[in-house]
Amino acid sequence: MNVESTTPALTARDYKSTVKPVWCPGCGDYSVLSSLTKAFAELALPPEDVAVISGIGCSSRIPAYLNTYGFHGVHGRATALATGLKLSRPDLTVLITGGDGDGFSIGGNHFLHACRRNVDMTYIVMDNRVYGMTKGQPSPTTEPDWDSALAPGGTGLRPFNPLVIALASGANFIARSFAGDPNGTARVIAQAIKHPGFSFIEVLSPCVTFRPDQREWKTKAHAAPVDATEDIGRAAKRLMTDDGFNTGILYIGNREPFCLSDSGAAKKPADIETQFLV
Amino acid sequence: MSKTIETIEELLAHVQVMEREAYECYLDLAEQMEVHNNHEVAELFNKLAEDEKKHLGYVEARVGDSEIPHIAPWDLKNFDDSGLNMTGAREVHYMMLPYHALKLALRAEKKAVAFFADVTGASKDPEVRDLAAEFEKEEQHHIELINEWLGKVVRPEDDWDEDPDPPVQPT
Repeated sequence: MNVESTTPALTARDYKSTVKPVWCPGCGDYSVLSSLTKAFAELALPPEDVAVISGIGCSSRIPAYLNTYGFHGVHGRATALATGLKLSRPDLTVLITGGDGDGFSIGGNHFLHACRRNVDMTYIVMDNRVYGMTKGQPSPTTEPDWDSALAPGGTGLRPFNPLVIALASGANFIARSFAGDPNGTARVIAQAIKHPGFSFIEVLSPCVTFRPDQREWKTKAHAAPVDATEDIGRAAKRLMTDDGFNTGILYIGNREPFCLSDSGAAKKPADIETQFLV
Repeated sequence: MSKTIETIEELLAHVQVMEREAYECYLDLAEQMEVHNNHEVAELFNKLAEDEKKHLGYVEARVGDSEIPHIAPWDLKNFDDSGLNMTGAREVHYMMLPYHALKLALRAEKKAVAFFADVTGASKDPEVRDLAAEFEKEEQHHIELINEWLGKVVRPEDDWDEDPDPPVQPT
């Protein structure tokens, strides 16, 4: 799948706001921010036509660092907020950004239904397998034997497999990328934005403060040996058995995105307001 | 296997993307260091960014009004995954020293030299080879300058990143 790239009118840096990120130096989220802006520039998206919605957590700060519209929403509720926005403003390019705790624990239920609804938007989860902002608690994707002062000996719990859940729930585009490959991540983001329906990207984004062991992801992440499949059965087998470090587009579906019928989507704010008039 | 570049326009388009990547990356790194009050390294990254901006201006002037193909950053030929991006490098730390910053810059310059050497060796077009060799020579000169600079800065102790009062306390 190729991304048609036009000569951008804006450079990647033009999509950055004047707010300086406060992440720890070395954090993978810096690269994801860079990838996002590169994808926007390559797709020549006018900043005023893009909205980036987030929940709570280190990675959810991203909207503040972008020169697009943004909403730093409620913990775990970013997909619900973004769904409402996209349905009422289908002309906007809507993205959701957040972390593994926000998306898979607090927002786990919303994640399932966002995949199921298949509204045309792109969800980027920066997965570092830890709650970094609150100082290192295990998250749903943490390995069962990750030993820390807050979970001595590890949780012993089976990690959540977001890609499998996304596939089973109906996501229409599933990919994984690595923050250490910012250009590869940018390409995947651009492809996800262009693909109709709900696109889900898990970006392996190391937390250098609470998970310094994740520096080793540089040697573990590798391009998937096979191309993206449109066969859901094949995708299921692949996602169930992969090592968690396969990167690239892993599934491309062809479900029609959900959008409101004319009676809903065509409503203007003024029409809706009249319903509340007594 | 190297992919070849066979036109001056394609080569200039690559160089433009590379210079912009390096410029924006140094600016990002300078911002990171400013936020974390590492002003010495922030200043160094800002200086490196300024240098890259000059190179970018030089390349853009060379392009002039000629039509060059658009190349997306992910379509840069003969680069590894990270391209010239250094934000995820191991050395990036709030307590990093000028030495580490220069080592990063050195790595980026070496990647650029390798790129131009690839083009020089693989292209069938003599004009492309000549221009690539010219750029390679420039990048080699940058490597010499950075090495010289490295000789003047303090080498880090083994415990350079030890902070008795870290801003974020790992548990």
